[in-house]
Amino acid sequence: MNKNLILYAAILVFGITAPFIFPAFKVQLSILCVLIVLALTWNIQGGEMGYNTFGNILFYGLGMYLCASVQVGMFFPLAEWTESGGEKTFVHTPAEFFQGMAVGLVVAAVVPTIVAGLIGYSILGLRGHYFAICTLGLGVAAGEISGGIEIIGAGQGFTTPPFPDVGGLEARGEFFYFLSFMAVVLTFTAVRAIYSTRFKLILNAIRDNEDKAEAMGIQTMKYKIIGWMISAFFCGLAGGIMGGLVGYIDSTDVAFDGREMGVFMVLMAILGGKGTLWGPVIGATVFHIFKEGFWTFFLGWQYVALGVLIVVIVIYFPEGIMGWLREKYPERFGEVVDEADRKAQVELK
Amino acid sequence: MDFMVFQYPMISVQACLDGVLLGILFALIAYGMALQWGVMNIINIAQGDLVILGGYIAYFMYLYGIHPAWGVIVAPIIMYFVGVGLYKLVINKVVDRDLFISILATFGISILFMQLMNFAFGADVVLANSGYGTTFLFESAVVLPNSKIFSAFISILFAICLVIYMKKSKLGRAIRATAQNARAAKILGVDTEKVYAATFGINAALCGVAGALISITFTIHPYMGLPYTIRSFMIVIVAGLGNLPGVALSGMGLGVFEEFADYILGTEFRIGAVFLLLVLILVYRRFKLSRKREYLK
Repeated sequence: MNKNLILYAAILVFGITAPFIFPAFKVQLSILCVLIVLALTWNIQGGEMGYNTFGNILFYGLGMYLCASVQVGMFFPLAEWTESGGEKTFVHTPAEFFQGMAVGLVVAAVVPTIVAGLIGYSILGLRGHYFAICTLGLGVAAGEISGGIEIIGAGQGFTTPPFPDVGGLEARGEFFYFLSFMAVVLTFTAVRAIYSTRFKLILNAIRDNEDKAEAMGIQTMKYKIIGWMISAFFCGLAGGIMGGLVGYIDSTDVAFDGREMGVFMVLMAILGGKGTLWGPVIGATVFHIFKEGFWTFFLGWQYVALGVLIVVIVIYFPEGIMGWLREKYPERFGEVVDEADRKAQVELK
Repeated sequence: MDFMVFQYPMISVQACLDGVLLGILFALIAYGMALQWGVMNIINIAQGDLVILGGYIAYFMYLYGIHPAWGVIVAPIIMYFVGVGLYKLVINKVVDRDLFISILATFGISILFMQLMNFAFGADVVLANSGYGTTFLFESAVVLPNSKIFSAFISILFAICLVIYMKKSKLGRAIRATAQNARAAKILGVDTEKVYAATFGINAALCGVAGALISITFTIHPYMGLPYTIRSFMIVIVAGLGNLPGVALSGMGLGVFEEFADYILGTEFRIGAVFLLLVLILVYRRFKLSRKREYLK
């Protein structure tokens, strides 16, 4: 416990000082924070509950659109804003901007949670690959439909309110960095708290054998919906922050981007090791470094690399980094290993 | 929203005929999906991208001055080897594993194919002009391109050939035996590895035929694959595995639905309507089964 406390303190200190140590990477660090949040939320579903979803992008995109719409709609007519596109006929004052952002983020987190609760009963009754494909359909349908709605910009996109004139570009970077860092801390604390309760055991029981869990008297549907709602809450929050960070929302390329973000969250969680607390964090960090390297030096080939990466990770590395470490050093994970048994197994191999 | 389609009955007739002809094509792709799902127990998200790849083969023949209709013969031959290659490289490692692994792995292949096709063929929407002209029905109120009729005819022809092949030939019997019980088939001397490779190859070849026909009748684009996957998945779950008349009928039904969605909601919502229909069908089946305390397996 004492060792853990030092570790958390070190990470917290690093997180707070990071934008000042690496001022050039502020945006990258903010994106990393958002990615970690997404990987953590996916892990609640895919890792702990065993419900592999492609559809959490739905909540992410919803949060993005909602946050921006609320931020604009609180002070100006939304339709005229989106119609004017890039030209700024309306300007937020700093107070309006921050107020709008605060309310927008709350809405962006709460509404997807409610949506998840509403659709949860019908969708979470599906099992296995039917669930996976159904959520894939949900995500794509949301993107296609929002691309046809006029008031949020339809095909031409939605420009989020620009950062007000306080301190210039530096302040903007710091603001969004600390916002997303706070989101990570919040998500991690919440997830860690959840994982130490009976709720996590129930989710694991659902993953391992849902019928048996039901036979043991657990109301699986209730817990599945709660699990999905928790996912949706943080996904929406991450979406809202990301919308402000990117500054421009497009229906299929930014918000409901199943081909990028929707796959990234699955990949990050699997790469780090699904069903572990630290796996998604490590996976997201490794993935982000790899991605940025590839996106910068091999521009144009990034999707080819992404496709190959998915196939390689899924086929050869499904246990992830944490799974590999666990197999290598089981003592560190609190598993008692019989030395003789281990030697016998090594000899067998 | 536009309800013209109900005020002028001829538009409805047009939509129905278009939908049926389109649906036969969907059914052909879905048949390939049902085949590999039943035999190998994998769901191939890259199905639609194989279709598009087949379409580009026909398109390139058209570019080099060969009539694109020959693509119906060339594309399946090339695609068969693409399919077998894909099986040897990737698919054979996911056959015995969890279904989600196969979904994710083929999703990766799908992204890879999309981007490679984008590099190789460019991001333009293309079509191979067959020059077949059009047929006018009911005093020119209904317009049917002959290429659509041709493609429906060829699809039916291929489907019938395949059914006969599966019934009569040795490989066909081996495939059906493996689908019933892979382990028993192995004990009785069927080389299941070979059967799997052939199944995936046949599936890819069917996709090739469908793609060639789509490039003649409609348009193709590197990123248009996923909707075809979703359509074929939808048709298979509505019809069930190994129910060929069901596949044909639900394919046509889907085609008609799409044409009407196109008229009523507008073209920009067409793909969205398809994906939404998938969700609705799955939810409907979930409630239907949950009454008997069962679930989709």
